[in-house]
Amino acid sequence: MRRRVLFAAPFAVAGAAGMGAFAMLRRMPDGQFDPHAVDAPVLGRMVPDFALPALPPGPGFDAAALRAQPRPVLVNVFASWCVPCVEEAEALLALSTHLPVWGIAYKDPDAAATDFVRRTGDPYARLVADRDGLAAIDWGVSGVPESFLVAPGGRIVWHKAGGLTAADVERLARGQG
Amino acid sequence: MVRVRVVLAVALLLAGPAARTVAWAVDSPAEMLPDPKQEARAEAIGRQLRCLVCQNESIEDSRAALARDLRHVVRAHVAAGETDRQIVGWMVSRYGDFIRLRPRLDWLTLPLYAMPGLAVLAGLAVALVALRRRRGEPPAPLSDTERARLERLR
Repeated sequence: MRRRVLFAAPFAVAGAAGMGAFAMLRRMPDGQFDPHAVDAPVLGRMVPDFALPALPPGPGFDAAALRAQPRPVLVNVFASWCVPCVEEAEALLALSTHLPVWGIAYKDPDAAATDFVRRTGDPYARLVADRDGLAAIDWGVSGVPESFLVAPGGRIVWHKAGGLTAADVERLARGQG
Repeated sequence: MVRVRVVLAVALLLAGPAARTVAWAVDSPAEMLPDPKQEARAEAIGRQLRCLVCQNESIEDSRAALARDLRHVVRAHVAAGETDRQIVGWMVSRYGDFIRLRPRLDWLTLPLYAMPGLAVLAGLAVALVALRRRRGEPPAPLSDTERARLERLR
């Protein structure tokens, strides 16, 4: 009996490891598991303090404006020089029909940012410029694009590092209904 | 020829780690603090912080733009007279424990740190059991039939 258990143990361990790896690989393509993900301590916290210059035509916003919102707002950090930002533009535009999307242009010349926004269909109700990228560090942004869902009152309840997909939009829009 | 190559390879292997410890990614001397003591402290702090872009490099090693920004932030905080603990805490509150290149010792990371010791203990246990089994008890005295058979074989 003992011999049989000892014989089976390595196979059981290898089997469990294999199933774990399989689960990981299966969750990777649909974005449920990201081996490079950086955890976001900002989740569940209030939005960090910031005050950034507005990029017209819309009004800008600051932390106080986010906290004063009666509705959820999606804060999207982007840059005109970022390829995934172009890829997520369509999803962002679709999302903007469900809830307000406010943009933070990350380390981007103002003209380049506004030009990019005009080209991609302008999903942003409000737009500000984080020229030196220091405000984004307070949000824990490690790369663009990155999106944060801010609940009424200013608590950050959802976060995604990387471009939004149609599936994300569906999930966020359903949360609205 | 072969010997020359071997010597070269050994020299490279020896020089590799040494070269890596001096080649910081600081892009320009303007990035550095004027006070060498403060600059040394900032570098020591930066070497403990992971670059979130090139995830196995410290922010002192990485040439990513975010690493440069974080180096700048570290230096600003050092110049403002903050302690190492305060500065690392500032980073951890934004990027989580992942930004520490050396994981902090807590209940979650305890198995990680205990693993070498546990492995040695497990090895010792296996060796002890094997040793004891080899020594074992002396074999039982021969039975009458066995003795008879032994006689026959003689």
